[in-house]
Amino acid sequence: MKTIHVLLVDDEEDLVVTLAERLELRGFHSEWVTTCEAALEMLKHKRFDVAVLDIKLPRMSGLALKRKMEALAPDMKFIFMTGHGSEKDFEEGTAEAGVPNYLLKPIDIKLLVNRIVEMVS
Amino acid sequence: MSFLQRFKPEFWDYHDVASGPYKHLFDFRRIWYLSVLLTAGVALIPVFLLAAIDYQVTQKAIESENVLRTSRLVSNTRRTLSFLLLERRYALQFLVGDNSLEVLNRPGRLAEILKNLQDSFGGFTDLEVVDARGRQITYSGPYDLTNFDYSRQKWFAEVVDRGSHTSDVFLGYRQSPHIVIAVKHQPPSGPFYVLRATLEADRFHRELLPLAPGRGGDLFIVNAAGILQTPSRRYGNTLEKVPLPVPEYATTTRVLETDNADGERLLIGYAYIAESPFILMAVKNKEDLMRPWYKARRQLITYLVISISAILIVVLAVSTYLVSKIHTADQTRVAALHQVEYANKMASIGRLAAGVAHEINNPLAIVNEKAGLIKDLLQQENIVATRSKLMAQADSILASVKRCATIIRRLLSFARRTDAAFEPIEIRDIIENVIGFLVKEAEHRGISTIIDIAPDIPPLRSDRGKLEQIFLNLVNNAFAALSDGGHLTFEGRKISEDRVRIAVIDDGCGIPPEDIKQVFEPFFSTRTSQGGTGLGLSITYGLVQEIGGTIGVESRPGVGTRFTLTLPLNPDIRKNENNSRVAG
Repeated sequence: MKTIHVLLVDDEEDLVVTLAERLELRGFHSEWVTTCEAALEMLKHKRFDVAVLDIKLPRMSGLALKRKMEALAPDMKFIFMTGHGSEKDFEEGTAEAGVPNYLLKPIDIKLLVNRIVEMVS
Repeated sequence: MSFLQRFKPEFWDYHDVASGPYKHLFDFRRIWYLSVLLTAGVALIPVFLLAAIDYQVTQKAIESENVLRTSRLVSNTRRTLSFLLLERRYALQFLVGDNSLEVLNRPGRLAEILKNLQDSFGGFTDLEVVDARGRQITYSGPYDLTNFDYSRQKWFAEVVDRGSHTSDVFLGYRQSPHIVIAVKHQPPSGPFYVLRATLEADRFHRELLPLAPGRGGDLFIVNAAGILQTPSRRYGNTLEKVPLPVPEYATTTRVLETDNADGERLLIGYAYIAESPFILMAVKNKEDLMRPWYKARRQLITYLVISISAILIVVLAVSTYLVSKIHTADQTRVAALHQVEYANKMASIGRLAAGVAHEINNPLAIVNEKAGLIKDLLQQENIVATRSKLMAQADSILASVKRCATIIRRLLSFARRTDAAFEPIEIRDIIENVIGFLVKEAEHRGISTIIDIAPDIPPLRSDRGKLEQIFLNLVNNAFAALSDGGHLTFEGRKISEDRVRIAVIDDGCGIPPEDIKQVFEPFFSTRTSQGGTGLGLSITYGLVQEIGGTIGVESRPGVGTRFTLTLPLNPDIRKNENNSRVAG
């Protein structure tokens, strides 16, 4: 089976580093960035199957970033995660990504893996 | 507990700690003093004035009444005495004119006349006829007196000179008080002759007796030398020297006041009886005369004392009651204020809660991943993880836990600090603490915060909890006004030896000019739809006053808003643990 490429975007470096390593251990190819700019920059050079975005990112929301990334990689899938869990965020998140693709922090790794696999297949 | 303390109202030792610069409005002891002073003054001054006027008027009236009465008594008595003397003199004058010397010398005629006089007037002792040379010609009376030569006596000279003579009272041969009345008659031809009569002085006394004033008063006659001519009750018997000054000559009745040897105040009425050496004197003890006045005065003073006591009791009771009521109302107000302040604080925390939850959730997510990774590594069949790798994960977990703990501790310390305690505070600490709650929000919204506190600002003595709440309210407002990418500046400057000025400046949407006057008023809010209570800035205003500072605001719509706090370095706020009411 083809290796799935995952891009992780969150301003908490510790989080994305660990998450990336755990996905690697589960057979994914994963890369991480901590800013929106770096994420967009990354897309110019590499192709990813799935992007996992934090809703609250410095200077730009995850949803805004999604739109910009879609422009660069139209067939890329998105999963959102948030630690905020406010009603407003949840509504926006579900409207944009659909309920299944909206995850609350802390992330259950099995749930994340299942989502990624479901989306790509 | 002493007697006084039991009655001491609750407000007596109360010191308001929450009134800031308007402390004088809450000095209940002062309000009480003022109330008592004003009400008692308004009530008592007219009472005193009326009593004083009444006192004066009544005293004067009674005094002049006494003078008038004495004067009337003396006048009436003088008239009686004058008449008595004149009557006798005119009788003698009639006799001497009606009977020629020849007739008078006729044996038995003088005795006949004397008998007639005694029968009609009474009091005549003897009669004698004296010729122009002063020689007694005829005598009729109880004594065997003949051929007396009066030519060198003063009375004779006076009769010759003035036509009549009335003598002082004397004892003479007769060893009983007598007076002499002598009249001269000048017949159309031949030498003049004199009719001389001796009268009992007792007659005057009997005339005076029924007129004498009662109760220690005295009515008597003295001569110009001050010798009593009639007996007196208190000043000696006839022919004794009266122990009172002889009043100066006056044609009318006069009344004077003087002190006697015993120091008693006397009211003396006197009159000179015309064509006689007599002075009529009425002596009254002023003390006795004023006795009715003393009684009236005692009643007046008793009435006054009772009135004043009643007024004072009512004034004290009413003032104490009213001030107690105000105090209770104020206590309720302060308690309500603290409740509202506390509620505002909790609301601020509530507004922060979402952010704080996020703050805590992030490290938790890291912990989750790190722990998950450790588990992943341990589950690998061929463990590739080194000891140091696992150690790094554990360290990262500990660091994340520490992050959570810091956030929680900050939140708890902020929520719990409710007691008023003044301590030295670095203003920068407070601001950083408050900003700490919002640092993530600032980061996400791209809001930059600048803390520009001049290094010469010393730690200020203030209430940390209140300061935190003040800044949290201001920062919350600023964050609501700021758009993404805005700036929030804290500027601290020392403006005098004992005051600092701290400005919270944002470049947000600003406040419209029509609203700016109302921003510190309670229940004024433009964000009611977003859950604003309209109490935030009014509470901030109250809090700033409580720590002895002032707050002002300047704003331009679209440019930004500047809240300026002026805070004392050492607030002179009397701290009283008993009265610092803490809500919650």
